[in-house]
Amino acid sequence: MSNEGVIYRISGPVVTAIGMNAAMYDVVRVGHEGLMGEVIELHGEKAVIQVYEDTSGIRPGEPVLNTEETLSVSLGPGLLTQIYDGIQRPLASLEEVMGVFITRGVDADAFDMEKTWTFEPQVAKGDELVSGQVFGHVQETETIIHKIMVPPGKGGKVKSIESGDFNNTQTVCVLEDGTELQMMQKWPVRSPRPFTQKYAPDTPLVTGMRILDFLFPLAKGGAAGIPGPFGSGKTVTQQSLAKYSDAQLVVYIGCGERGNEMTEVLDEFPHLIDPNTGKPLMNRTVMIANTSNMPVAAREASVYTGITIAEYFRDMGYDVALMADSTSRWAEAMREISSRLEEMPGEEGYPAYLSSRIAEFYERAGRVETLNGDDGSVTVIGAVSPPGGDISEPVSQGTLRIVKVFWGLDAGLARQRHFPAINWLNSYSLYPQSLDQWFRDNIAQDFPEIRTQISGLLQIEAELQEIVQLVGSDALPVDQQLTLEVARMIREFFLQQNGFDPVDAYCDIKLQYEMAKAILSFQEAAKTAMADGALLNDVVNVPARSNLMRGRFEEGYIERIEAMVKEMNEQIADAVEAN
Amino acid sequence: MTGKEYRTITDVKGPLVFLNKTEPVAFGEIVTLRLSNGEIKNGQVLDTSDDLVIVQVFEGTAKINRDTGVTFMGDVFKLPVSTDLVGRILDGAGRPRDGGPEIVADEKADIIGAAINPYSRQSPHDFIQTGISAIDCCTTLVRGQKLPIFSASGLPHNDIALQIARQAKLKDSDEEFIVVFCAMGITAEEYNFFRSDLERTGALENAVLFVNLADDPAVERIITPRLALTAAEYLAFEKDYHVLVIYTDMTNYCDALRQIGAAREEVPGRRGYPGYMYTDLAMLYERAGIVKGKKGSITQFPILTMPGDDITHPIPDLSGYITEGQIVISRELHQQGIYPPINVLPSLSRLMGSCIGEKTTRDDHKKVSDQMYAAYAQGRELRGLVAIVGEDALNERDKQLLDFSGVFEDQFLRQSRDEDRTIDETLDLCWQLMANIDTKYLVRLDEELIKKYHPENRA
Ligand SMILES: Nc1ncnc2c1ncn2[C@@H]1O[C@H](COP(=O)(O)OP(=O)(O)O)[C@@H](O)[C@H]1O
Ligand SMILES: [Mg+2]
Repeated sequence: MSNEGVIYRISGPVVTAIGMNAAMYDVVRVGHEGLMGEVIELHGEKAVIQVYEDTSGIRPGEPVLNTEETLSVSLGPGLLTQIYDGIQRPLASLEEVMGVFITRGVDADAFDMEKTWTFEPQVAKGDELVSGQVFGHVQETETIIHKIMVPPGKGGKVKSIESGDFNNTQTVCVLEDGTELQMMQKWPVRSPRPFTQKYAPDTPLVTGMRILDFLFPLAKGGAAGIPGPFGSGKTVTQQSLAKYSDAQLVVYIGCGERGNEMTEVLDEFPHLIDPNTGKPLMNRTVMIANTSNMPVAAREASVYTGITIAEYFRDMGYDVALMADSTSRWAEAMREISSRLEEMPGEEGYPAYLSSRIAEFYERAGRVETLNGDDGSVTVIGAVSPPGGDISEPVSQGTLRIVKVFWGLDAGLARQRHFPAINWLNSYSLYPQSLDQWFRDNIAQDFPEIRTQISGLLQIEAELQEIVQLVGSDALPVDQQLTLEVARMIREFFLQQNGFDPVDAYCDIKLQYEMAKAILSFQEAAKTAMADGALLNDVVNVPARSNLMRGRFEEGYIERIEAMVKEMNEQIADAVEAN
Repeated sequence: MTGKEYRTITDVKGPLVFLNKTEPVAFGEIVTLRLSNGEIKNGQVLDTSDDLVIVQVFEGTAKINRDTGVTFMGDVFKLPVSTDLVGRILDGAGRPRDGGPEIVADEKADIIGAAINPYSRQSPHDFIQTGISAIDCCTTLVRGQKLPIFSASGLPHNDIALQIARQAKLKDSDEEFIVVFCAMGITAEEYNFFRSDLERTGALENAVLFVNLADDPAVERIITPRLALTAAEYLAFEKDYHVLVIYTDMTNYCDALRQIGAAREEVPGRRGYPGYMYTDLAMLYERAGIVKGKKGSITQFPILTMPGDDITHPIPDLSGYITEGQIVISRELHQQGIYPPINVLPSLSRLMGSCIGEKTTRDDHKKVSDQMYAAYAQGRELRGLVAIVGEDALNERDKQLLDFSGVFEDQFLRQSRDEDRTIDETLDLCWQLMANIDTKYLVRLDEELIKKYHPENRA
């Protein structure tokens, strides 16, 4: 058999070819238009192919050509600031060729192969290079040095090395055994990139969102799931993380979601400043957009394309954060393909291998020692879209079994416009243990204790609310009424954070700590004053308290908060005399 | 390719015909079936191989037998498009239904439609004033948005859709919309209601209607919205029109999808709907928007009726995951005699933030909308509490909020079917109603706005 066959059958995105020599995951070209596809099943003579473009109009008998390569991404300078489709075609190049509508049969390089970059060698002739070693630098954007690495599996003594302007395909280094190295390398998306060892995470991914950093922290190299019904805030949360988290690089995958949401990111990010570096956010971002109306097989591939790019930057020693919105659409793409293959379905029609695919994907997160001895991480944050918001379904369950952080979005909170609508009673993070040392060393010695107090108050509130539902709040003793007021302050002043507020959308972690302390300080002052006869109502309504609470919407809050707390406490003390 | 007629049908099942054939047939190719009584039916290829072709028949498979002749037409489904479409009424398969001539095509457009490149989209930001306070204030519509109406049987969603179609305009502009109306399985009575309203207001001249009624072939409903959207794309992106697409009822469309899935013996997803329904719906809804370098736009108003008033049913659920918000119609408000019975609490316009404010609507819009929403939400919640503990147990603030929730429904929501309120009128009305609450409880408003707009300070 040769590497050329013919189409036998077409059923939506699934095409069967006969008479072709093929191996699993080979990339093939289907039909006269050469549509890109991937072999996903073999039956005797027949190769089953998932096609990444629309198949209407294609006929049995048309040719199929096996490229004998596996589905791979191109990795090299030029990745940053790009927006790709699920199979790494730049959307800007597609627009140039096709206009505003995505037609088919067009190939596009992942980046401009002619463009030159200034290559600065980091090794010299005669040096011994190992697999994964950095042998050159390219200043790709203002903030990011793109480190040029020896591809995994290669290595040897440097025979010659260049310096100066080169494009991605020119040889910049030759090894003694004749191996030529370019700046660009390729990697098959379905295989994790190798590393030396995985470390236990010990540093938080600081997100600037109070409820996340303070109550349910995520570690760099960890994995988190955000399930929630539509309209509960998955996308806004993911976008906030892309904007504000202290990762050095961000890979944002819009997987089977809205076109306009990607446009919004494209419009917004070039103008937004990364609070961690003071430079435009776009400089550290790679986007993958395979929206809901784009071909479903490419949607399946998009998460692999994204995570492979993330691993590549990790291998340079960077902390990378990857957001996938939404992993449910990826799972549905698997279901759709699986059902076309007439595979035996598991739960709710999903293929039986769903949970292992989910687990394999999240396992590609991690903090690692890279092949060249550096420390790098990939943090993965996956949105989940459970039908009807009910997380007993397979994708949510498969995700929760593997991730250590669960940020549960709640339709009820969203309806009350409590944003982020993360339910503080059922969300969890299993990382505090490993991160507490970092919080003690870098923020405050008593950080974990303050967190415990805050979450304790929220628990008590939940219990008291049950009573209030039956008898009204006036029936409670005043100390419990005070507890309710303190808890309300936690919710409205601390947990609520408008993702679109120009100032409050991002809250420095030191400020988070000060705000939490301010709440506890209010509680103390109020207790003391009330013990001396002040009325709850007076204590709660001191003007300085609303000033303190409103202060978070203004710049420079961190410098003012201490004085504002002091003023509040003085006014509360005065409330004793007023009575 | 056209011409050769096959008589090789082996199986007929539900809306599907299976046949052996001899020459290669394209995936998605259109098919004509000639019955022995001379009747002609149409279909489309769903699966094709050297041995077997599966055809989905739009008009149903009644009377099809092994003698039925099948001709493959050599091409995928295309709609002849030209500006002559405007003012016409077509059936669910795109044939004239108004007795007029065939459409003379400028070009023929593939009805599946290609995906808009996300890189080529432009974020919608033009405020559309519908004249309906609940929408304009709380779930503001933006030109290029897809905003469905989640309703249920027996509720006045059609009146609302028509009122929007009649009144929708850009603020300070009389630029008009072209309405593309797409009926899927609605009753003749409902259709006549739409049609006569469009006729009465003269809108029909500026509209294109695609009509598949309850007694028309169910499977045809799969293509009707695609025809409508293809016409809309042509008018918007080739001819620079601003197009408003109203399609109703998405629930009938989804049921047709389910019927085909069942006939193919596919593994069903939730409640028997196919697992790919999300993708299928997205291929319709995502055809809304604005693209770079084109003057026109497509705004979509899909209407769906939630089976059993259940918002978690797969049809509203999957729709809500794709559309840019939703307007939810409430049976409870309808029963209280309130029109339009829009429940603002579960309603949402995701694009609202981009089109309201000083430059477009008014500086107080965002805060007023937040405050109205919050006060109403709290007031509604208190109704539940009052039912248990009685009104006397409420403090002053809660009493005011409780009363406000009634005023909100009675004066803010309620308006007549031809009442077209400007955004200024709507916002002024909000201030007037909020004056029933002590300003100290209006925590979402700031002092500056209160000074500027509160009736006490304006007198
Ligand atoms: N953190 C937030 N701050 C302010 N508004 C929010 C926030 N999260 C969600 N929202 C509101 O909720 C709407 C829906 O959020 P979105 O993230 O799009 O939901 P999902 O992706 O879960 O469907 C947004 O358009 C916005 O109005
Ligand atoms: Mg979303």
